[in-house]
Amino acid sequence: MWANPANAYDAVNRQENQNMNPMRVLSAAAIGAGLLIVTACGSSSNPTSTPSTAAGSAAPTDTIVVGSANFQENVVLADIYAGALRAKGVKVSTKLNIGSRETYIPALKDGSIDLIPEYSGVLLQYFDKKATAVSSNDVYAELRKTTPAPLTVLQPSAAEDKDAIVVTKATADKYNLKSIADLAAVAGKLTLGAPPEFQVRADGIEGLKKTYGITFKTFKKLDAGGPLTENALKNGQIDAGDIFTTDPLIAKNGWVVLEDPKNLYTAQNVLPLINNNKASANVKSVLEAVSAKLTTDDLVALNEKVSLEKQDADTVAKQWLSNAGLG
Amino acid sequence: MIADISGWLTTSAHWHGPDGVPTHLREHLQYSLIALLIAAAIALPLGLLIGHTGRGSFVVVAIANSFRALPTLGLLTFFVILLSPHIHSTGQAPYLIPSEIVLVLLAIPSMLTNAYAGVEAVEPAVRDAARGMGMRGAQTLWRVELPNALPLIFSGIRSSFLQVIATATVTAYVSLGGLGRYLIDGLAQRDYPQMASGAVLVASLALLIDLVLATIQRFSVSRGISGRYANKRVLDPAEQPVMIPAVAD
Repeated sequence: MWANPANAYDAVNRQENQNMNPMRVLSAAAIGAGLLIVTACGSSSNPTSTPSTAAGSAAPTDTIVVGSANFQENVVLADIYAGALRAKGVKVSTKLNIGSRETYIPALKDGSIDLIPEYSGVLLQYFDKKATAVSSNDVYAELRKTTPAPLTVLQPSAAEDKDAIVVTKATADKYNLKSIADLAAVAGKLTLGAPPEFQVRADGIEGLKKTYGITFKTFKKLDAGGPLTENALKNGQIDAGDIFTTDPLIAKNGWVVLEDPKNLYTAQNVLPLINNNKASANVKSVLEAVSAKLTTDDLVALNEKVSLEKQDADTVAKQWLSNAGLG
Repeated sequence: MIADISGWLTTSAHWHGPDGVPTHLREHLQYSLIALLIAAAIALPLGLLIGHTGRGSFVVVAIANSFRALPTLGLLTFFVILLSPHIHSTGQAPYLIPSEIVLVLLAIPSMLTNAYAGVEAVEPAVRDAARGMGMRGAQTLWRVELPNALPLIFSGIRSSFLQVIATATVTAYVSLGGLGRYLIDGLAQRDYPQMASGAVLVASLALLIDLVLATIQRFSVSRGISGRYANKRVLDPAEQPVMIPAVAD
């Protein structure tokens, strides 16, 4: 009788049904209802919604809610925006560490947050998957066109957090390297360290070859600008590494970020993404003043204070604002 | 899914060059065998000695077993960051040495505890008989305890092999080769057929190696101990009367 599992299952099921007394039906219904309530609570406890802001409406009108993505650099940038606005008498509240772009863009649209620091290249990719702009100006021009209402992007800063080919000072001096183009003559002798996806990415191995005519002697598959790549570069196991421009170890070790004159890597300028309803002339001028001051070196220093020295993001932001004369 | 895997495995481009299956298979076996030889050189003599003398078993076995609890990938990253700066080479040594240490630590516990348990489990009567026949300590170990412990020792070696072959995939995480390349690269490149094929290759290799070891075990363990000799005779009723009971153990 056990040969057919389906039959066995049916037998058990039938027995179960026969045992179903009214009390059990009632308790099952109660559990079901309980689950419904729990899930309903779950959906309303979304971190980006507050009791005072119903979805779609942007009340209270005079307060700007600054959000941030869930990584340190973005949190500090949000604190800087908030601090600068506060200093000019704008009412501000913050909702930090919200999550990824897929979470916070909808929150911006429905008014549960009003402003967030963004990176131009990836934001353009988010709005337009087929975008091909790479230089800072082109990316910003495209972004102005593709950003859907009621959102809008404001003037970008010079600060960028993007992929870069980084070499040690010794290597740069030895081969007289200033830009990626200078590698063309010597790359045949050098080892590159980068994440495994570099092998198939358009701006990876293939891009280096197509844009700059560079082929490295060997390619070591490490991590995405993490401790493996940093260590390998420091210890000479690789001669050049794919490391993010705002990595504080670049300054700490005196490494050289090779310039990218042919824009192999898409620009990633930090810029404010804001709900147009909240972008008054005063708010715009404050945020543009921040963008005018912010540089990649600043981002490096901010990251260093937060991630290496473990300082509080809010304190670090305040320091930057007072140094820049904006706080 | 199965079509994806067989598609990947039958693409001839995947069987040539520095990223081809033969290259990574050779690297994988190389990393695994180095680790297993070192581990065996440490674990087997130590296990036999502890089993034979009965001394220090608690401490050594407890330490060896605690190795089992170490997270391999975390340990690998730790050793790479700790050791690589001190290995001045532009080759693979800065990554190979930490990887081998981690794999050796992984391979030791099974071999050590099984060697120890195998010798320890030899019946006291058998050991007494050896002494009664005039054998000295070393002779008892080599000619009586070791052959009797072989089935357990082999099972230790086999489980070490299985673990090391399966875990040698982590070496790809620190830029080395091996079949783990397909897992790490496949994940980074969102190439799931490559990942799944890598997993299939690793599993097949582990099974194949186990089959080879099982064959070696079959021919190296005494028939009297494995019981193979006796069973074969029992199956043949015509020969049953001539069976020698002592051999059946």
